[in-house]
Amino acid sequence: MDILVYLEKRGNNLRTAGFEAVTAARKLADVSGGKLIALLAGSNLEGFTADAEKYGADQILLAEDQALEGYTPDGHRAAIVAAMEKTSAKLVLMAATALGRDLAPTVAANLNAALLPDCISIEVIEGRLTVTRPVYAGRAIMTLATNSWPAVVSLRPKAFTAVVRDGGKAEIAKLDVQTDIKTKLIETRFEAGGKLDVTEADIIVAGGRGMKSNENFKLIEDISSLLNGAVGASRPVVDSEWRPHSEQIGQTGKVVGPTLYFAVGISGAIQHLAGMRSSKVVVAINKDPDAPIFKSADYGIVGDAMEVLPALIEALK
Amino acid sequence: MNIAVLVKLVPDTEASIKIGSDHKYINTSDVNFVLNPYDEYAVEEALLQKTKHGGEVTVISLGGDEAVKSLRTSLAMGADVAIHVKNPGGLDMFGIAKNLANVLKDKGYDLIFAGKQAVDDDCSAIGSMVAELMGIPHVSTVTKLNVEDSKLTAEREFEGGFEVYELPLPALITAQKGLNEPRYASLKGIMMAKKKQIEEIEGEAIPAVTEVLDLNYPPIRPPGKIVGEGAEAVPELVRLLKEEAKVL
Ligand SMILES: Cc1cc2nc3c(=O)[nH]c(=O)nc-3n(C[C@H](O)[C@H](O)[C@H](O)COP(=O)(O)OP(=O)(O)OC[C@H]3O[C@@H](n4cnc5c(N)ncnc54)[C@H](O)[C@@H]3O)c2cc1C
Ligand SMILES: Nc1ncnc2c1ncn2[C@@H]1O[C@H](COP(=O)(O)O)[C@@H](O)[C@H]1O
Repeated sequence: MDILVYLEKRGNNLRTAGFEAVTAARKLADVSGGKLIALLAGSNLEGFTADAEKYGADQILLAEDQALEGYTPDGHRAAIVAAMEKTSAKLVLMAATALGRDLAPTVAANLNAALLPDCISIEVIEGRLTVTRPVYAGRAIMTLATNSWPAVVSLRPKAFTAVVRDGGKAEIAKLDVQTDIKTKLIETRFEAGGKLDVTEADIIVAGGRGMKSNENFKLIEDISSLLNGAVGASRPVVDSEWRPHSEQIGQTGKVVGPTLYFAVGISGAIQHLAGMRSSKVVVAINKDPDAPIFKSADYGIVGDAMEVLPALIEALK
Repeated sequence: MNIAVLVKLVPDTEASIKIGSDHKYINTSDVNFVLNPYDEYAVEEALLQKTKHGGEVTVISLGGDEAVKSLRTSLAMGADVAIHVKNPGGLDMFGIAKNLANVLKDKGYDLIFAGKQAVDDDCSAIGSMVAELMGIPHVSTVTKLNVEDSKLTAEREFEGGFEVYELPLPALITAQKGLNEPRYASLKGIMMAKKKQIEEIEGEAIPAVTEVLDLNYPPIRPPGKIVGEGAEAVPELVRLLKEEAKVL
């Protein structure tokens, strides 16, 4: 079965989550003896082909078109539909990022295809596509299957690991896309300093209401920068405007899956857990020994964050 | 301005989820159902746009009899008209989107709102699908919106930045937190909502292309350990992270 993987370009970068999708697709293609086709849409794409090749694409389609620079649902849907027409791909994979969560359903509706969104595992068993996906904010896991082709699947970032495959060689081809873009992108603002986003960070140091003030987040920032991580926040912290919404983790914020997650002064409400429960190792620092977060943590320190964090900064230096 | 809002009834986000004996659905007894939190933003935005531009707000929900509760809640907030699309059963996401698109088309709505995500199935799909099936442009997870006579501008957040779009009406917008602060229904609103007629439409049975094979609890995390109390526990924590968890 041939598989098409859409790679997300943001400014001058390809999102890592796209390579995770390539790795997942590579496994499926190897099992089914199919071809892995990667699709890039936008301008100045040639510099990115080596990356797609490195992760195992057999063919790379370049929809090189100024009109496709920056994401538009109708523009990028047209690119995928054109790629599906040109190839014999039956499965479309992409990362379930902010972009992918919009693009996957748009493509599925256009192609009359089955949609399996935000998956954490994917397999083809006897010709049947089978995925698992968290539902009810991670309180349950659904196994969903389809026999209907084509199918469109988005994969939760960090649920899969991008693996470089040595010695692969990809054939590169241009893809013409007829665009009629009604959703005009009039402005893109990147966050200052190219700050590492929580969804891409391997280490997140998150603070909650227990941090007491905006100023105290300096401690969180210091630890985060010592560890090359990102700062995360619970909702009340964002609602109080101590931190920007882009750092909010949870049901209304972002879903993250870092290797290491520090929850400092965070009680562990279900809506917060929804965003971080797939972190590999969780450390909780909370002055209340009965805080629910300790039930979801691998390691805990009971104590005042204003005392524990300075000691942690010293220890990490 | 003729505005429609897609609304869904979902378990309260605090509800503890019990898997049903069939392992396909949840056990709904003892679960408190509410209007999907993102649909509250959608209804609020529709009402705000109505205040600015005049017109009428229609709320639409597809589901069993319980769906009426989400419509009543929306009417109590101030929606004018409610349509209940009766679930013929066996619909998957595509069938739901197709049914909603069928109800919406030909009704001449200038603006359609949905939530960014229903907090039960967490698909984040229906809004974008409905727009695509109707052949109208859309922007999803919108945090800022400005509507003029024949076009709108909408801002959304992505990982690492923001993007702003301009699109012609009719268009569909899915609402994200930040778009507005949903109002509480007034007592008068609640009383009026009880009396309002709800239009019923029979949904069309559309064969599902996806099948739920199983619904289960997530794997249980092994119990963690309390390393100690206060700043003294820090050296041991760092040692465990390095030597046991091997994450530092
Ligand atoms: C529809 C909906 C969506 C939501 N979405 C989200 C979401 O996306 N993300 C999210 O986070 N929440 C979300 N919430 C809110 C959620 O229910 C909780 O209210 C929130 O997560 C609590 O944040 P917190 O843990 O920072 O604050 P609190 O619950 O107030 O906890 C503060 C913690 O800090 C501890 N503490 C206090 N002082 C100290 C100190 N000096 N040192 C150490 N510890 C201290 C306390 O013991 C306590 O455990 C949502 C709620 C709803 C209804
Ligand atoms: N059965 C339904 N009836 C009406 N609107 C729905 C229904 N299901 C989903 N929606 C709308 O689509 C949004 C996204 O839902 P979902 O794609 O299921 O996460 C919801 O917030 C609603 O606005």
